[in-house]
Amino acid sequence: MRALFLILILGLAMPVITAPPAQAVQPDEILDDPALEARARALSANLRCVVCRNESIDESNADLARDMRLVVRERLVEGYSDAQVMQFMVDRYGEFVLLEPRRDGWNILLWASGPILLLLGLGIAVTAIRRRGNDAPEPLSEAERARLKEILRE
Amino acid sequence: MLVELGHFALILAFAVALVQTVVPLVGAHKGWGDWMAAANPMASAQFALVAFSFAALTWAFVTSDFSVQLVVNNSHTAKPMIYKISGVWGNHEGSLLLWVLVLTLFGASAAWFGSNLPATLQARVLGVQSSIAAAFMAFTIFTSNPFWRTASPPFDGRDLNPLLQDPGLAFHPPFLYLGYVGLSLAFSFAVAALIEGRVDAAWGRWVRPWALAAWVFLTIGIALGSYWAYYELGWGGFWFWDPVENASLIPWLFATALLHSAIVVEKRETLKAWTVLLAILGFGFSLLGTFIVRSGLLTSVHAFAADPDRGLWLLVIFAGFMAGALILFALRGAALEAKGLFATVSRETGLVLNNVLLAVSALVVFVGTMWPLMAEMAFDRVLSVGPPFFNMAFTPFMVALAVVLPVGAMLPWKRGNIIRTLRGLWGFAVLAVVMGALVWVIQTEGTMLAPVGAALGVWVALGALVDLASRTGRGSPAERLRRLTRLPGADWGKATAHLGFGITVLAIAVKVGWQTDDIRVAHLGQGFDHGAYTLTLEDVQRVEGPNFISTMGFVTVTRDGRHVAELRPERRIYPAAGMPTTEAAIDYGFWRDVYVTLGDPQEGGGWAVRSYIRPLANWMWTGALLMALGGLISLFDRRFRVAAGARQPAPRSTPTPAE
Repeated sequence: MRALFLILILGLAMPVITAPPAQAVQPDEILDDPALEARARALSANLRCVVCRNESIDESNADLARDMRLVVRERLVEGYSDAQVMQFMVDRYGEFVLLEPRRDGWNILLWASGPILLLLGLGIAVTAIRRRGNDAPEPLSEAERARLKEILRE
Repeated sequence: MLVELGHFALILAFAVALVQTVVPLVGAHKGWGDWMAAANPMASAQFALVAFSFAALTWAFVTSDFSVQLVVNNSHTAKPMIYKISGVWGNHEGSLLLWVLVLTLFGASAAWFGSNLPATLQARVLGVQSSIAAAFMAFTIFTSNPFWRTASPPFDGRDLNPLLQDPGLAFHPPFLYLGYVGLSLAFSFAVAALIEGRVDAAWGRWVRPWALAAWVFLTIGIALGSYWAYYELGWGGFWFWDPVENASLIPWLFATALLHSAIVVEKRETLKAWTVLLAILGFGFSLLGTFIVRSGLLTSVHAFAADPDRGLWLLVIFAGFMAGALILFALRGAALEAKGLFATVSRETGLVLNNVLLAVSALVVFVGTMWPLMAEMAFDRVLSVGPPFFNMAFTPFMVALAVVLPVGAMLPWKRGNIIRTLRGLWGFAVLAVVMGALVWVIQTEGTMLAPVGAALGVWVALGALVDLASRTGRGSPAERLRRLTRLPGADWGKATAHLGFGITVLAIAVKVGWQTDDIRVAHLGQGFDHGAYTLTLEDVQRVEGPNFISTMGFVTVTRDGRHVAELRPERRIYPAAGMPTTEAAIDYGFWRDVYVTLGDPQEGGGWAVRSYIRPLANWMWTGALLMALGGLISLFDRRFRVAAGARQPAPRSTPTPAE
C-alpha cells in the first residue's frame, strides 16, 4: 500500500495528459445488458483511477482506468452485487479507490463535519443575536451601585 | 537587456515594498504625517516597477527570446500570439509575477482612490498590503525567478501545455488572481482596523467596494474555469470537486459572506468583529488555495506547475500572515463594540444566517479537501474524498441558503414580521413548489435533486424580482415603473445577483436531472439517434493547424429530419509538446447543448463517438455572469462615490431609501 502511494506521488510529476489518447469508456467495453451497463457506469463514477489526478475511472483516459472498468464489468457479469464489486476493488487496490469515503472510524468525523460545524455556527449566532436582542441594560452590580451612591453623594 | 532591466525592476520593487511595510506603520503609530504620506508615492512606484518587470517578461515571450529559460519551457515560435502572451502566466514563475502585479495594483489603487480615508488608516492599510507584496516578491525572486537566462539557448521552445492553449484559459487565471488577490485589500483593511482598534460604518463603506470588486473577479474567474473544463476536458461535466477548484470555491464562499456582512457593518454598525474575521479568513483561504495549487500537495488535475519545495515557502507565508492576523484579532477583536441592536426577526438575522451557511459550507469543503492528507498523516489511512462526499455534504447548505434567501432579503432592518414579509411571497412559493412537482413527475430517474433544485431556483429567481418590485412602493403601475428606473444601483445589483444565483441553481438541477450520455462506434455515413437528435459521422479528415495536427470528425446533427448543426470534434496532437488533446464540438442552444467528442478508430471500422445532451448548460454560466454583473452594478452605486467624495465619514443622511 505504501509502495503504491509512493508510485502515485511520483506520478504527480507527470501531467495527466501524457496518458494515451484513448477516451474514457470505449464502445467495446459496453455491456450488452443496459441494466448491467448502467450499474457499471454508476459504480465507475465512484471509483478513482489510481494513477490519475482526482479522476474517476469513468472519465479517465488512462490504460489502468480501462483495466479497472473491465474488472468492474466482469464482476457484474459474474453476478456480483454493487457492494461486492466495490469490496472487490477495495481488496485489490486499497481504500484509495473509493471516491465516497467509508463511514467508519475517524471518517465519521468527516461525515459529521457539516452538521457539527452548522450547530456550532448556529450556536454562536444565536448567542450573539440573543445578546443583541436583549437591549435592556444589565442591572448594576453591587460594586457599581456603591460607586453610584458615592458619586451621587458628592 | 530588457529582461535584465525587468529583473532589476522587480528587485527594486522588493526594496520599496520593504520600506513601505515599515515607514507608514511606524508613522501611523507615532503620528508622523510625512512618514504616513510617504506610503502613497511608494505604492505607485511599486506598481510601476512590477508592471515594467511584467512587461519585460511579456516582451521576452512575444519575441520568443529563447535565452530565457522560462520562455524555452513554455513557448514556441509557431504558437499563436495570444498564447504567447497567455504563456507568461501559464507557468509557476510567471503566474507568481502576475500575482505580485495584481497585489501591487490593488495596493496602488488604495493609494489612488483612498484619499478620503483617515490618514492613519490609509497608512496602515498600505503598510500591511505592502508586507504581503514584499513576502511574495521575496518568494518570486529567491525561489521562482522568471528571468533566469540559459547558457545555451535552443532554436525553439518546448511549447505551452496544449490544454492551456485555449482562449478560456488565457483569461481564467488573470480573473481568478484579481479575485484572490483583491481579497488581500479587504485583509489589509481588516488588519489595519484591528491595529487602529476601530471599526465603524465608514470602515464598512470603504471596505465593501474592494470586497465587491474582488468577489466580481473571483466569480468571473470561477465561471470561466468551469466553462473551460466543460468544453475542453471533453466529458461534459462542469465541476469536479477537484482540490484546485475547491481552493477557489472556498475563498469565494467567504468573500460572499464578507460582502453581505459588510453591509450590516455599514448600515447598522454591528457584526463588526465577525466581518473583520471574514476578511481575514477570505484572504487566508486564497493564500491557502495558492499554496494548494502551487505545491501540488493534493492530487489534482490542475498541478501544471507543482513543486513541493516551493510549497513549503508558501506555507510559511500563509502561516505567518494568518497567525499574525488571528493573534491580532484575538487581542483586539473583542474591543470592536457593536452599536446597532436588532430583533430576532430582522434583515440582520437573515444576513447572519446567510453568513453561517456560507462560512460553514466553505469549512465543510475545506475539511473534505484536506481530509485525505489528515487521514494519511494522523491515522495512516490512504483514502480519497471525491464528488460523492462533496455533493452530499455541500448541497444541503445551498438548499438551505436558497430557501431563506428571498425571505431574508425582503425582511426590514432592525425588526421584521415574517408573516408580513411572506405575504408578498407566498404565491411565488406555491409556484416554485408546483414547478418542482412538475419536474418530479416528468423526470425519469428517481433522484430528488432535480425537482428540489428546480423549485428552489424558481423560488430564488422570482423572489429577486418580487424584491425589486417591492422597492417601488405603492402607486399606479406607471408611477412604480418610473421609480424602478430611479432605484439605487445597490438595489438593482442585489436583484440581479440573486436572480443569477436562482438561475444557476435551476440550471444545475435541470442539467443533472436530464443530461444524457451516449457512447458508441459510429460508422461513416450511418446516423444514430440520441434523444430527439440524429447524429451522423459523415467523414474524418486530417487537418493541420498552426502548431498542431488534428484528426477532425464531421458530424451532422438533425432533428426530425431538419438540419440542426454541423459539428467538428477534433483530436489534436501538439508535436512540440508531444501531447494529444481532445477538442469537443458543441452546438450551443438556448435549451440544450449538443456535445460531441471523437474517439479512436475501431478495428472493425468506424470511430468511437461520444455524445452528450446537456439541457440548460448555458444558463449555468449566464447565472454566474448575472451574479458578477449584479456585483458590478452595485459597485457603481452612486452612494459609494458620494462616500468617496466626502472627506469625513459620509453623513448619516446619504440618499438611502426608506429601509
